[in-house]
Order: sequence, then structure tokens, then C-alpha cells
Amino acid sequence: MNPVNYLYLAALLFTIGATGVLIRRNAIVVFMCIELMLNACNLAFVTFSRMHGNLDGQIIAFFTMVVAAAEVVVGLAIIVSLFRTRHSASVDDASLMKL
Amino acid sequence: MENLIALLIAAPLLGAAVLLCGGRRLDAVGHWLGTLLAGLSFVLGVVLFTDMLGKAAGQRAVTQHLFSWIPVAGFQADVTFRLDQLSMTFVLLITGVGSLIHLYSVGYMEHDERRRRFFGYLNLFLAAMLLLVLADNYLLLYVGWEGVGLASYLLIGFWQHKPSAATAAKKAFLVNRVGDMGLSIAIMLMFTTFGTFAFVPVLHSADSAGEGKLTAIGLMLLLAACGKSAQVPLQSWLGDAMEGPTPVSALIHAATMVTAGVYLIVRSGAIFNAAPDAQLVVTVVGAVTLLFGAIVGCAKDDIKKALAGSTMSQIGYMVLAAGLGPIGYIFAIMHLVTHGFFKAGLFLGAGSVMHGMNDEVDMRRYGGLRTYMPVTFVTFGLGYLAIIGFPGLSGFFSKDKIIEAAFAKGGAEGWILGGAALLGAAITAYYMTRVMIMTFFGEKRWQPDEQGNEPHPHESPGVMTIPMIVLAVGSVFAGGFFSIGDRFVHWLEPVTGHAEGNSPVSAMTVTVATLVLLVVGAGIAYAQYGRRPVLAVAPRGSLLTRAARRDLLQDDFNHVVLVRGGEHLTRSLVYVDHTLVDGVVNGTAASVGGLSGRLRRLQNGFARSYAVSMFGGAAVLVALTLLMRAV
Repeated sequence: MNPVNYLYLAALLFTIGATGVLIRRNAIVVFMCIELMLNACNLAFVTFSRMHGNLDGQIIAFFTMVVAAAEVVVGLAIIVSLFRTRHSASVDDASLMKL
Repeated sequence: MENLIALLIAAPLLGAAVLLCGGRRLDAVGHWLGTLLAGLSFVLGVVLFTDMLGKAAGQRAVTQHLFSWIPVAGFQADVTFRLDQLSMTFVLLITGVGSLIHLYSVGYMEHDERRRRFFGYLNLFLAAMLLLVLADNYLLLYVGWEGVGLASYLLIGFWQHKPSAATAAKKAFLVNRVGDMGLSIAIMLMFTTFGTFAFVPVLHSADSAGEGKLTAIGLMLLLAACGKSAQVPLQSWLGDAMEGPTPVSALIHAATMVTAGVYLIVRSGAIFNAAPDAQLVVTVVGAVTLLFGAIVGCAKDDIKKALAGSTMSQIGYMVLAAGLGPIGYIFAIMHLVTHGFFKAGLFLGAGSVMHGMNDEVDMRRYGGLRTYMPVTFVTFGLGYLAIIGFPGLSGFFSKDKIIEAAFAKGGAEGWILGGAALLGAAITAYYMTRVMIMTFFGEKRWQPDEQGNEPHPHESPGVMTIPMIVLAVGSVFAGGFFSIGDRFVHWLEPVTGHAEGNSPVSAMTVTVATLVLLVVGAGIAYAQYGRRPVLAVAPRGSLLTRAARRDLLQDDFNHVVLVRGGEHLTRSLVYVDHTLVDGVVNGTAASVGGLSGRLRRLQNGFARSYAVSMFGGAAVLVALTLLMRAV
């Protein structure tokens, strides 16, 4: 199969993730969309690795997975504590950082 | 012997320090202490003078190096004194006349509770003036120059409770500052030109510098001299300086202060010799001032102001002579010395008259005082005869020489300058005769003052009359003593150089012309004031008279041109500052502020809107990258 199709899929997934980040208010959903974007990137990396015939892209994909795992831990902890204090998981409610 | 030079200055300086810091404990003896130290300085001067006379004419200059003031590589400022024939002449004049004025002040200031402080200032004045004439370089001279300015400020404003005195002091100080700027610029120019400011190297290498530079230095020195010596255009302070006590006027006009400008020009003779343009300006300033002062002196009814106009005029003669170059330097100094005698005598006489007349200064309220104050009358009269140049008295010899030298300048300039000097002699005779007649002759015209106190004219005490008598003797004999065998010329020649001019008119003609004009001037004054009663209130007078009463509109001129001009200048500068400079600064701040106020709205706190800008930015970056690759 033509590897460029994987790139189209990655672009589609990334776009879906980005759109989700921009239009959804629920912090959990936003978080999931971010994961979707990360995985779209991973898919693109692996595809490029395959297309160029070296392992660089795969190695970076592993790095991304590690970082994503760490991010999930921290991010979920933040969302949980936010929900506990505000009884809401909406990202628009946490809008105090402005002039 | 030369180690005594510093003591000359130290004595009055010590007096000033002790009297000004000593407090009330010294009130009882302060005036005698001040007089004693001034006298001590005079005695030291005489000792040094006799020592100097014992040496050959070429070896008379001695120096005393006290310490290095600012020793920096390439910039050496020393406190070194130089005593040569020129300084010696000034030292004797300053300390001699100065001591007599101290003695006189003991009597004159008897009833003033701040007499001790007055003597402290007098001593400071002497010390500063001695430093000025004894300095061996221009920088040290500048110190003395400023010291004289300070002391004159303190003394003119001594009765500072009178607003007029405080204003006069301020005026004298400010006008002098203008001249001081000239001196400081001249010293800087000297340093850049010659690399030093000591007299000997500067004056010896004056010829080697370019004429343009020397003219600039000369003109700046002239500006300085104009300030201190009250020459046009910086003459306006002298008349107002009469607000000070009368001994101060005598000191300023005879021994210190106004003579400093003449000293500076004569001392810098080598520079002026090499800069004929600057010399010409000096003579013009002198000629204009001698007529200016004389005309002002004619119109004043205040005895001290009439004498002040006279001083301005006589100093004009000296500056004129100093501008003539080697044919005039020595006569400038000779007139300075004889003038020191008779002008000090005249001022002390005026003070004595005021002392007896409840401090009345209006000559229209004097009259017939010769029988009440015989000693004052005789000494003042001798000073009067000396200043108008009566044959045989001091002024006759010195002024005659200056007029001759002015003619000897040659060409049209010589005729103009000589003519101005001759005319000045006639006007001098007129105004001095007027002062003499109004004060001592005619009917008595005094009236009770506002408090109803009738003045009781009386002779002043001995402590005041003795200095007047000594000065009168000097006024009579000094000129003749100097002139017999050209003593004074031989005395100063090694320092200033001397040249005989080629006068188009013979000396005899000049003398006769001077005497004829003297008789004419005195005769007109007699016809106007001696044959007719003097009116108690001055008549309105012609346009010229009224202008002369207002000092030939000098203050109006200064007000309109300098004060108004300065105000307009500052106002326009303030306007430019407010609109342009502040406008740019404020405009920048306001636009930055406004812009950031709008940019602030982007910071709305919503995480998703930040995400939009991040995505947007990233998209733009990617698009740009692709676009650049395509191109």
C-alpha cells in the first residue's frame, strides 16, 4: 500500500484532534484530543521512517510515547484537582489569568 | 627677602579670617586689628621696595614658589608669586591707600554695630587684590580676580537691610561674572595655545602664536577688564555700587577692583602688542568710556554718583593709554597711581561731608560748607585741582602724557583718540567744578530731613581727616615726583617696555590746548552754578541731561536688550522644550501605552483562545516555510 495514505490519515487525525482542542470545553475531552494529535504525529513519524528507510522516526515515536505518558499523569492530576476545587471540568471556567 | 612676598598677602588674609570667625569678643578691637594688619602689609611692601631699589633695573623681578597647586602631567598650576616693578607699584598703592582707608573707616563706621565684620571684608578685599597683582600665572591671578569680586559683593551690599544695597551688590556681582567669563576663556585659550599660563613663558612666546588667536585672547582679556574696570559695555554696576559705605567706594575706585582691569591689560602687554586689532578695540573702549563717564558725571546731583562717573571716565583714560601699546602702558599706570591718590581723597572727602550732613548725598542740599569743614574743603579742593589737571598737580602730569600718547598713535585714529581725550579733559573740568561749587560754595541749602533733624555740619574727627590730608599731599606731589627726570618711565620700563611716539602735534601744543579746555570747562560750570543760585530741585533739563541722569540709558538698554532678550530667549526655549522635546517623549509614551492597552485585550484568560493563536501561528509558519521553498 502507498505509504502516503498513512500520511493522509495522520493529517486527518491531527486535524480532528486540533479541532477538538479548539471547540470542546470539557477538559477530559480536550485532553483526549491532545493525545489524538500526539498519536497522529507518531503515525507520521513512523511512516516517514518507513519511507526513508531509517529508524530515526521510530525512535522519536518512542520518545513521544514516553513524554505522552508522563504528560497524562501530570495533566490528569491537574484536571482532578481543578474539578475538586471548582466542581467543573470546563476549561473556560479556569479563566482567571488575565488582566 | 623674597620670602616676605607671601606675608604681604597673609597679613590681611589673617585679619579677614580672625575678624570674620572671631565673633563678638573682637568687637572692641577688631577695627584696630584690621587697620594694623593692613598697615603691616604696607610696611612689608616698603621693605621689599627698598630692597628692590638696591638692585640693578634688570634684576629686580623676584619670585617665590609657595607650593604646587595642581601638579598633573602636562598641566602645572603653581602657587608662585612674582614681584616686579609693576606688581610693586600696585602693592604700594593697594596697601598704602588701603591702609589709609582702613584708618578712615575707624571713624566713619564708628556707629555701625557691624564694624568688625566691615573690617574683615576690607582685609579680605586687600588680600584678594594683592593676590591678583602678585600672581605669577593667569590661573592664580584668576583666584585673586574672583576674590576681589566676592569682597566687592560683600562690601557693596554691606548695608544689606536696604533693598537697594542688596540689589546693587547683586548687580555688581552679575555684571562682573560676564567679565570673569572672558578671563576664564582667555586662560583656556592661552593654555591650548601655549600649553601653560605662567606669565613669563606666555608673554615671551606671544609673538610665535597666530595673530588670530592672539586677537581672540586679547579681546577676551579686554572683556574681563571691562567687567572689573567698569568700562563700556559692562559699566552699569559702578554707579549702583555707591550703595556701599563711602570708604568702600574709595577702596573700589582708588586702590582695588577697578584698577585690576588696567593691570590685566598692561600685564598682558606682549599679547596686545602682537594683536593690533585687539589693541584698537581697547583704545575705542577707553575713549568711549572716558566720554560716557564724564557725561554721566555732569548730570548727577548725588555727590558719590558724580564721583563714580568721574572714576569711570578716568579709568577710561587708563584703558585708552593701555591700548596704545608701549607708548601708553607706563602712563596708564602712572595715571592709575595719581588717580588712586586723588580719587581716594575725593571719596573720603565726600564721606566726610556726608558724615557731617546726616548722610545727605544730594549736592543741591549742600552749599557753603567750606567754612564748616575747612580741612575737608582744603583736601577735597586739592583733589579737585589734581583731577582736573591743574598745572603742577598730579593729574596734570599723568593726564597730559596720556593725551600726548593718544595723539602719537598717529593717523586718523590718533586725531580721534586725542580729540576724545582732550574733550574728556574739558568735561572733567566742568563736572568737578560743578561738584566743588555745589558742595562748598554758594548759599547753604540744607533742610531738615523727614524726622525734622536739622543737619549740623561739622568737621570730621582726626582719624578721618589725617588720611585725607595724606592723600591730598599725594594728589599734589605724586605726579611731579614721578615725572621729574622721567622717574616713573625708567622704573617700569624693564617690565612693560617703552617707546616714544611721533606726535603730529608738539607736547607744548597739547598742554596749552588742555589748559585752555580746562579753563573753558571750569568757566562754564562757574557761570552755571557759581554766578547763579543753585536750585533746590533739579530743573527738567534737556534731553541729553535727562538721559545722562539715567546713566545715558545704560540700564534701559540692558533691560530692553539683555533682560527682555533673555526673557524672550528662555521663553522660546521653554516653548520648544514643552512642545518639541516633551511632545516627542510624551507622544512615544502615549502611543506605546495606547497600543499596549489594545494588545492587552488579547490576554483574555481563555485557554482555548490561546490555543487558537498557537495553532494560527504554527499554521502561518508552516505556510511561510512552504512558500519560501516554492520560491
